[in-house]
Amino acid sequence: MGAPGLFRGIGGIRGTMNPLFIKELEAIVGRPHTLSDRESLAVYGYDATPELESRPGAVLLPGTAGEIIRIMELCHGAGVSVTPRGSGTNLSGGAISGSEGVVVQTSRLNRIIEIDEENLTATVEPGVITSTLHTAVEERGLFYPPDPGSMNISTMGGNVAENSGGLRGLKYGVTADYVMGLDTVLADGSLLHTGGKVVKDVAGYCLNPLLVSSEGTLGFFTAITVKLIPKPQTKTTMLAHFPKMRQAALAVSAVIAAKIIPATLEFLDKVTIKCVEDYAHVGLPLDVEAVLLIEVDGHPVVVEEEAAGVEIICKQHGCSFFQTARDAGESLRLATARRTALSALARLRPTTILEDATVPRSRLADMLKVIQDAAQKYRVTIGTFGHAGDGNLHPTCLTDERDKDEIARAHMAFDEIFDAAIAMGGTITGEHGVGLAKKKYLPRLVGESGIRVMRGIKQAFDPKGILNPGKIF
Amino acid sequence: MDYVKLINCMRCGMCLPTCPTYRETFLETASPRGRVALMRKIQEGELDQSEQLLEYLSLCLDCQACATACPCGVNAGELVAEFTCERKAGNRLGMMEDLVLRKLLPHPDRLETAMVPMRLYQRLGLQKLVRTLGVLKMFPKPLGRMEGLLPDLPDQPLRRVIQEDMPGRGEARGTIGFFLGCVMSLIFSEASRASMDLLTALGYRVVTPKNQVCCGAPHMLSGDKAGLKEAARKNVDIFGGLDLDFIVTDCGGCGAELKKYGLHLGDDSSIAFSSKVRDISQVLALHKDELKALLKPVSLKATFHDSCHIAHSQGIRREPRDLVRLIPGLEFVEMENADACCGSAGTYNIGKPEMADLILNRKLEAIRATGADVVVTGNPGCLLQLKKGLADHLPRVKTLHLTELLARSMDA
Repeated sequence: MGAPGLFRGIGGIRGTMNPLFIKELEAIVGRPHTLSDRESLAVYGYDATPELESRPGAVLLPGTAGEIIRIMELCHGAGVSVTPRGSGTNLSGGAISGSEGVVVQTSRLNRIIEIDEENLTATVEPGVITSTLHTAVEERGLFYPPDPGSMNISTMGGNVAENSGGLRGLKYGVTADYVMGLDTVLADGSLLHTGGKVVKDVAGYCLNPLLVSSEGTLGFFTAITVKLIPKPQTKTTMLAHFPKMRQAALAVSAVIAAKIIPATLEFLDKVTIKCVEDYAHVGLPLDVEAVLLIEVDGHPVVVEEEAAGVEIICKQHGCSFFQTARDAGESLRLATARRTALSALARLRPTTILEDATVPRSRLADMLKVIQDAAQKYRVTIGTFGHAGDGNLHPTCLTDERDKDEIARAHMAFDEIFDAAIAMGGTITGEHGVGLAKKKYLPRLVGESGIRVMRGIKQAFDPKGILNPGKIF
Repeated sequence: MDYVKLINCMRCGMCLPTCPTYRETFLETASPRGRVALMRKIQEGELDQSEQLLEYLSLCLDCQACATACPCGVNAGELVAEFTCERKAGNRLGMMEDLVLRKLLPHPDRLETAMVPMRLYQRLGLQKLVRTLGVLKMFPKPLGRMEGLLPDLPDQPLRRVIQEDMPGRGEARGTIGFFLGCVMSLIFSEASRASMDLLTALGYRVVTPKNQVCCGAPHMLSGDKAGLKEAARKNVDIFGGLDLDFIVTDCGGCGAELKKYGLHLGDDSSIAFSSKVRDISQVLALHKDELKALLKPVSLKATFHDSCHIAHSQGIRREPRDLVRLIPGLEFVEMENADACCGSAGTYNIGKPEMADLILNRKLEAIRATGADVVVTGNPGCLLQLKKGLADHLPRVKTLHLTELLARSMDA
């Protein structure tokens, strides 16, 4: 089965899937959980990725892992493709299916199966919302660190499939660092159990990391066991303004070099600062090139010491303003600029293309220069904010999808940005995934051998190619 | 509808967890993002206005929780309402709509007379009889729902008996034009009386023009924009003739609509009108110290329910909580998702009872979990819905309008 046509207008208005096959699907998940009317198909044709759209043949909302197994068995037999979907917040087109396939939404599988305080693990169904898990474990003094921007609606299944990151990545790592065990339904409906609650496990190939970030192409998760850690006792929030971007970048490197690992080390560039100030009036000066938001967390004594260290380093690197929050209310206020960054940018123009080029943190300033130059060269507006601490940037292009010429220029700008990221030893995507949107860049990053090995793995898991076809490569 | 309002949605999905109907169904068609996409696809000619599509859109409560969550400033609830208006523009109103929207609501006298049989129905004990015998099962379902929601009516609508010009007590603070919502006057007259008492006690002169008419929100809900504009014009002219510092209402729904008159009519007088409109909590919160001095201890555990029209449409959250907290002896406890809709949403609970009940149950569960004795809110629709729900499932917990609670503390 080839890659489906994925742009608007391809595929008929009515669902084209065989009604008899839809009846068989209905027999598995029940009538209310089987959607095939053209209105439903139309709104399941997108996720959060701009410009990509394609209607699936049917949409299913199973209620049990058993139903997922039966869906896979049926579809495998019939050669029908299956695209897993959580809440549809994917930013690389990963939850979009062609008209010959079915979309399977995991939202009804939303039980937290267990929080094991002795082994420090939580086991959840794939449809559990990330922030719901946060709340549940934090009530017990535990902590699940990955916090993608969409955590209030993103599902754990989607987080695992995309290896989601977030603001706390620098100190605490990403989803892959927390996945300990997976129950995965394979393409033919058979069940694969990998890992578990043990910290050490060297029995055979280590399959968990392979399944994490597989973007729905290798299997369908039905249970996920993640590692928990004790919740940090306290945190302190700081805000620093820098007249020059390079000063901010050097300060970031200096903080890390001083062996301080902040939980959060976020930055806003000049374009973003102006948008935030216009929109939220938080009192940011318009003559600075960078704002850093820094949070250190942990034991109160350590937090105090690290906060003092951060302040000294920022001041040594020419920051024009530095503030430490005295209480939670002030923390929230200092974080406002960063929290409203995307809103402030997204409001300016109808279409917002949010990217996630990532470079080693030492190349942060160079990368920002590349982004600014590309924006100027192609006459597009790009505001950049993101995770300075881990080099994961969000260059955000503000455009209008109706202006085909501008959209084309935006893509040319991103072409240069991704090429530069690769040249600097970085990557084309830090946390959004390849999906459909970055397919053409992947060979540039991993080369022919990389693609060959990935294809081989796909072949081993899914010889008929029915799981989320057309994604990644 | 302006196409750009639809393409402003970047489909990030931030609205999904805040949407009451998405929370119940997990369906994209029942989400704000999905609704915007459906309307967009109509404009693009990809979908037509099929019954199925209109049915999907009609599930929207217009609670506007999505607008609060949206990073790009898209208000899916308002867009659905606008879509409904545009679709119905030029259509003739149905008989019932014509009766209520054109013959009753613009004429407070007629509206009040129409309520007389309801009051008699309660006074003569017919209501008890009807409820005991289950006679309502013989009537169409919506009628039964409406009857069930109706609390005991006051002897007289407040508009009939209220003093049109009430002088302030003590230090003069200014003049307030009081906008008396239909439901507040007809059903929750106690609360509006409390609002006026509080304002006069703080030194405001309160003027309540008796010729004011319905705010027009019910017209908007039914897609009758012409009726809305007519109501707006009348009210702007009536209040515009007075020298006022603020125009105050204690009905969240009215307040949200009055604040939009400027947008609807676009002329200077309506813009000036809208700029003066305040929810009662906004004005009371200007005088916290003075108010605090008037309040006496009330031993209650209270929680607060944000009306959508106050929290999401008007962005008012802090003022009412600050006011509740002023009351000495009162223990305030937040409920989970206090700003989630209660399912009342205008007449939604009558038109879409199954979904409204699911949403109400979630709200009742949140109230139960607080252990509060009383739920405080600022909108009559929420009061009706919560009173009914609590009476059926959690009779221990009472419902009060914010100003009723404050007045009780003042008079304690």
